[in-house]
Amino acid sequence: MKFTLGWLKQHLETDATLEEILDRLTMVGLEVEQVTDRAKGLETFVVGEVLDAKQHPDADRLRVCQVSTGAETVELVCGAPNARTGLKGVFAPSGSYIPGTGITLKPTEIRGVTSNGMLLSEREMGLSDEHDGIVELDAGAEVGARAVDVMGLADPVIEIAITPNRGDCLGVRGIARDLAASGLGSLKPLDTSPIAGTFDSPISVDLKFTDEAASACSKFVGRTIRGVKNGPSPKWLQDRLIAVGLRPISALVDVTNYISFEFDRPLHVFDAAKVSGNIHARLAQPGEKILALDEIEYELDGEMTVIADDKGAEAVAGVIGGLNSGCTEGTTEVFLEVAYFDPVRTAMTGRKLNLQTDARYRFERGVDPAFLDDACEIATRMILDLCGGEASNVVSAGEGPDWQRRLDFNLDRVATLGGTEVDGVEARRILNVLGFAIDSDQGSRLVVRVPSWRSDVVSEACLVEEVVRIYGYDRIPAVSLTRPDEAPGAILNADQRRRAQARRLLAARGMVEAVTYSFMPDEQARLFGGVDDAMRLLNPISADLDVMRPSVLPNLLAAASRNGARGIADLSLFEVGPQFPGAKPEDQQMVAAGIRVGKSGPRHWAAPPRDVDAFDAKADAQAVLADLGLPADRAQVTAEAPAWYHPGRSGALRLGPMMLAAFGEIHPGVLKALDVKGPAVGFEIYFDNLPKAKAKKSAAKAHLVLSALQSVARDFAFVVGSDVEAAKAINAAYAADKALITEVTLFDVYEGKGVGEGKKSLAINVVLQPVEKTLTDAEIDAVADKVIANVTKATGGELRG
Amino acid sequence: MESVEKLREELLAAVEAAADLDALEQVRVSALGKKGRITDQMKGLGALDPDQRKETGQALNALKDSVADAIDGRKAAMENAALDARLAEERIDVTLPVRPEDQGAIHPISQVIDEIVAVLGDMGFRIAEGPDVEDDWHNFTALNIPADHPARQDHDTFYLPAPDGEGDEGRLVLRTHTSPVQIRTMQGGEPPYRIIVPGRTYRCDYDATHSPMFHQVEGLLVDEKTHMGHLKGCLQDFLRAFFGMDDLPVRFRPSYFPFTEPSAEVDIGCTRDGGELKIGHGGDWLEILGCGMVNPNVLRNCGIDPEKYQGFAFGMGVERMAMLKYGVPDLRTFYESDLRWLRHYGFAALDMPTLTGGLNR
Repeated sequence: MKFTLGWLKQHLETDATLEEILDRLTMVGLEVEQVTDRAKGLETFVVGEVLDAKQHPDADRLRVCQVSTGAETVELVCGAPNARTGLKGVFAPSGSYIPGTGITLKPTEIRGVTSNGMLLSEREMGLSDEHDGIVELDAGAEVGARAVDVMGLADPVIEIAITPNRGDCLGVRGIARDLAASGLGSLKPLDTSPIAGTFDSPISVDLKFTDEAASACSKFVGRTIRGVKNGPSPKWLQDRLIAVGLRPISALVDVTNYISFEFDRPLHVFDAAKVSGNIHARLAQPGEKILALDEIEYELDGEMTVIADDKGAEAVAGVIGGLNSGCTEGTTEVFLEVAYFDPVRTAMTGRKLNLQTDARYRFERGVDPAFLDDACEIATRMILDLCGGEASNVVSAGEGPDWQRRLDFNLDRVATLGGTEVDGVEARRILNVLGFAIDSDQGSRLVVRVPSWRSDVVSEACLVEEVVRIYGYDRIPAVSLTRPDEAPGAILNADQRRRAQARRLLAARGMVEAVTYSFMPDEQARLFGGVDDAMRLLNPISADLDVMRPSVLPNLLAAASRNGARGIADLSLFEVGPQFPGAKPEDQQMVAAGIRVGKSGPRHWAAPPRDVDAFDAKADAQAVLADLGLPADRAQVTAEAPAWYHPGRSGALRLGPMMLAAFGEIHPGVLKALDVKGPAVGFEIYFDNLPKAKAKKSAAKAHLVLSALQSVARDFAFVVGSDVEAAKAINAAYAADKALITEVTLFDVYEGKGVGEGKKSLAINVVLQPVEKTLTDAEIDAVADKVIANVTKATGGELRG
Repeated sequence: MESVEKLREELLAAVEAAADLDALEQVRVSALGKKGRITDQMKGLGALDPDQRKETGQALNALKDSVADAIDGRKAAMENAALDARLAEERIDVTLPVRPEDQGAIHPISQVIDEIVAVLGDMGFRIAEGPDVEDDWHNFTALNIPADHPARQDHDTFYLPAPDGEGDEGRLVLRTHTSPVQIRTMQGGEPPYRIIVPGRTYRCDYDATHSPMFHQVEGLLVDEKTHMGHLKGCLQDFLRAFFGMDDLPVRFRPSYFPFTEPSAEVDIGCTRDGGELKIGHGGDWLEILGCGMVNPNVLRNCGIDPEKYQGFAFGMGVERMAMLKYGVPDLRTFYESDLRWLRHYGFAALDMPTLTGGLNR
């Protein structure tokens, strides 16, 4: 919402400075977004009259002008094509700074003629890009007067943000009322005295709605004004419209725009000569068309309200007028429309037509439902003042919406909810100036009548806000919170803590955390199990972000591809976040996913890099599980990862039926589709599948038993079939003596010469830890024999000779 | 019998002259061995008379000790010299680079959420969470945003199809704010509530200052007596701790949100000299978050008696907080996963924000 300081002061009697007003606006909730003091830097320019303009003796395109500045007559050289005798322009004396060019003027000799000053274009004044000629002022402008006054620039333009609840402040008078309530002056009285009609309006109004749609237009006031003379509106009016960003059109149209901005009251004038029969409001016929003032034809549906004459729609109610019955220079008789349109229907109409207008903006926020008759008088008076003519009697239909509302207000709530004591007298004054009437006043308990323009005030809390807002949020004392009456507990619950811990652990393992979108391209999602239609966004931001991600990996791989294109081939990324296998809110899963791509590191003199492999990803997954206190070493490792992994180089970590994590090389087909170069491995840890963290009775760790006896280690090598899983040998060795064997380490896998075709050698180290007494050689040999027997039985292999 | 003194001179000279450990051993054998010269002399003692035997015996013993000491000293010196020589040979070029180790990083969004949680957790707030895919009721209606409310249009909502059997009204949405978790929390238990909700939020908008996905942290405190003064105290304390400035100017001004009444926006002090934004004193203001007292309708929608309970709610954009605190210039870069960016703006794995360690890096 834009307005000028002068416009505001037309409604607000105040001595406050611009600074004070701006500050107060923001502090009552009308946030100042911008202030444009258009006169700044232009104050020294005056109206100059060209007394004589002659061709420069030495230059085709230049003129030598004698310019009266009011105080003196100066000679200057001007290159503008419109510089001519009699023209009144904006004169900049020598020594003044020209904002559009950044130059400070000084007397200059131009081809033998000394130029003392300059006549300015709009661009040179910094007002616009207009530079085809110098500014031409009104012929009646007083020579020597400040140009900013004559040009209507001396009035600063203020732009404020209006929250959706404050439609009343989409009019200058509403803003003035808030400021008056805040003690910055007083609201000036408004002349709404009726203008007596001199004839009956030849056009009548009628509301043609079914009962269900009756709210579409619940009141319509109008009158005919005849004998008007349309033309440009006066300069003061044009200046104000231009200042707030509107284009002056003609006096009749400008009046409606002016009142819209002044009182948050959009209205419309029809050229009465172009209206067939009477005016009525009704729902549009489905498919009905109207050519609007913006010269675009709109097709309407049966939910939209139109203002029509006997032939057809003449305006889309509350949104835009029709071209056919719009006022022109030749208009001599008008019909004025002041109507109340339903906010929701108006908003829907505007949305469906994809048409934003100043009228829609106001109607959809709800204009004052009790300000139709007065607005009609104000508009009539203004039209008569500017265009002459005579007004008919007022015609009207409908009663308007039921807006009357009473609220109980316990003034104590100002302190108990608003957090600050406001003196009762002051609270009542604030309510009063804002337009709230106090119907009943008993101690701190009031019954308050809400003014018609405040449809947003619906509860006691709203009234508390009104009082405290005007009193000043800055006067509420800040009270630090005290802790709740309980021992400080964990801020995170167990699940949140697991995710936080996984995040820090993966970063500590050298991986870089990414945060990627929850959505992704459908064609990539297909590579990761795909999504059903339920996960397809109805209105994606772009075609390649159209489905909710079924897995986090594709986004990480896409990031790897982008980094690869920038020359970063080796990287590791992870993300801890949601994936969406189904559409219901409860389907969402939390995962930690990570990828490693390329080499294990850069080339190095002592540690040559290798390609990343599935065991890197397995290590990441196991490390996270172990760090979260899960028995990562007891989890079964099975070779059954999802399809986006290499089928022969991937696996899953399971506890019973639950898949805790998957890991492995990413399927080459996936890498190709996502344009990822080089080997890539990944893992996914499914937090929702992990066994729930148990609340422990005690924080104490298990009792530690340390043996004083030395442990004994033995190495074994077995030749087994190539396809035998190493875990079988390890588990069988452990099982040989669960009391004595504390560690089994597989330290060598060998295939090739010496072990035979289709075979491999597995070498393990077995550690025995005696607890009670040192083991004799015979006891050690007995365990060793058991290890050999167990492993050969489990693997079908034999001890390597 | 040789003169003991002469023998001492000779033997000590031989020890001194030994060139290496072998030569020194030969000297030892020749002096102290079974057939060594000192041993020989000792053997001759028996032939002497008792007085002489005692005198000469003492002299020979002293000689034996001093020669043995000399040999030990000489041997140690030789060994040290040998070690020095070996170590000199073993010299390496210590300027060579070490074996590479990957340097991980925590994303600034995670770090800033951890910081926010650290401060508010200390005030007794606990983390609550909810789903990203929401139904219309939790995201809008329960929060006092009815279907025809203009605020719905401002939310630029992403929609998912309605589950089977439901019409358009049953469309699911990607939550436009973390506020639906307020509703889920209040429906899931009895007051009082003191929660914060970090999480992903979505709006169908993309330009230099809008991302279709971003993060918020929501706060909710409901009990029987919390008023706007507490809201001011809580957020003022929070902002000063978060930005690490005890005297950071904090300003509350009236605003509007459907789910709070009264509502406020909070500004912090800043300067914009030469186009560069700096948080702190300087007379200018920067909008940082929105808040207010929970609208009685919201409490009522959750089955809570607004005559008895009241409280406040607030919400802030995590990326915005990160940008302001750490000087990240462009919102969109948060989600691009450019490794150079992640490394530059990221945080060390063990750099966990805590109140004990402070929140400012």
